[in-house]
Amino acid sequence: MRRQFESPIVLLGARLLSPYIMVFGWYVIFFGHYSPGGGFQGGALLAASVLLMRVASGRRISRLQIQEFATTPLAVVGVLIYFATGLTAMAMGGYFLDYGQLPIPGLEPDMLRYYGILIIEVGIGLAVMAILIMIFDNMVKGEDYG
Amino acid sequence: MQKGLKILLLILFAAIMIFAASDLPFRGDPDNRMHAERSVNNTRVIGNYAIQNAYRDAHTPNIVTVILGDYRSVDTFGEQIVIYTAGLITLLVLRRTRRLGRSSAL
Repeated sequence: MRRQFESPIVLLGARLLSPYIMVFGWYVIFFGHYSPGGGFQGGALLAASVLLMRVASGRRISRLQIQEFATTPLAVVGVLIYFATGLTAMAMGGYFLDYGQLPIPGLEPDMLRYYGILIIEVGIGLAVMAILIMIFDNMVKGEDYG
Repeated sequence: MQKGLKILLLILFAAIMIFAASDLPFRGDPDNRMHAERSVNNTRVIGNYAIQNAYRDAHTPNIVTVILGDYRSVDTFGEQIVIYTAGLITLLVLRRTRRLGRSSAL
């Protein structure tokens, strides 16, 4: 990657766009119950909003967002959210990933399945976002980045 | 000349596709033939069950989300593991290449 110059116009455009892309990513994840969407697509949008800042600005500013050492733990947390949901359902006496057995009081099994799907979608989104950022960071590391 | 031929081919292709799409069955109708077919073991295919029972099972209007997140959740879990493994392998390969390049330069 060639050395980047500090361009205030590009930086301002990226700063303007990045939060909206991130909000749209969360919207895609949480609205996957009603419209096309889901964890993979939303995670890709979240990664796009972070990578836009990384490409547009130097290393000094992009470190204010998700830092480089935090991407691998985030990916692990995303996978573990999914796995822990399945294990919790299994520990409460159901099958693996049987959301109807989740220990949330005061909810019918169909609403439990509703929230179970939401929880795993958030886990997928976190993992996809962290892994895409991780690949970018590993590719540009050691080059003229910032 | 050649550009006009390409555009003509594209328009023809689009016309064929639109004509074919106008004959497709209505989306989400449980009475479609593909949902009423039987497999080689003479069991009913899953499509009809998913359309009729997805909202009752998970209270989610999007049938695709119910299939991906609930009925086939182990499959989705495997997909996530695949992506996670791909990321880890990228990390390992790229870091190792960089370290080797630096040591050879010294």
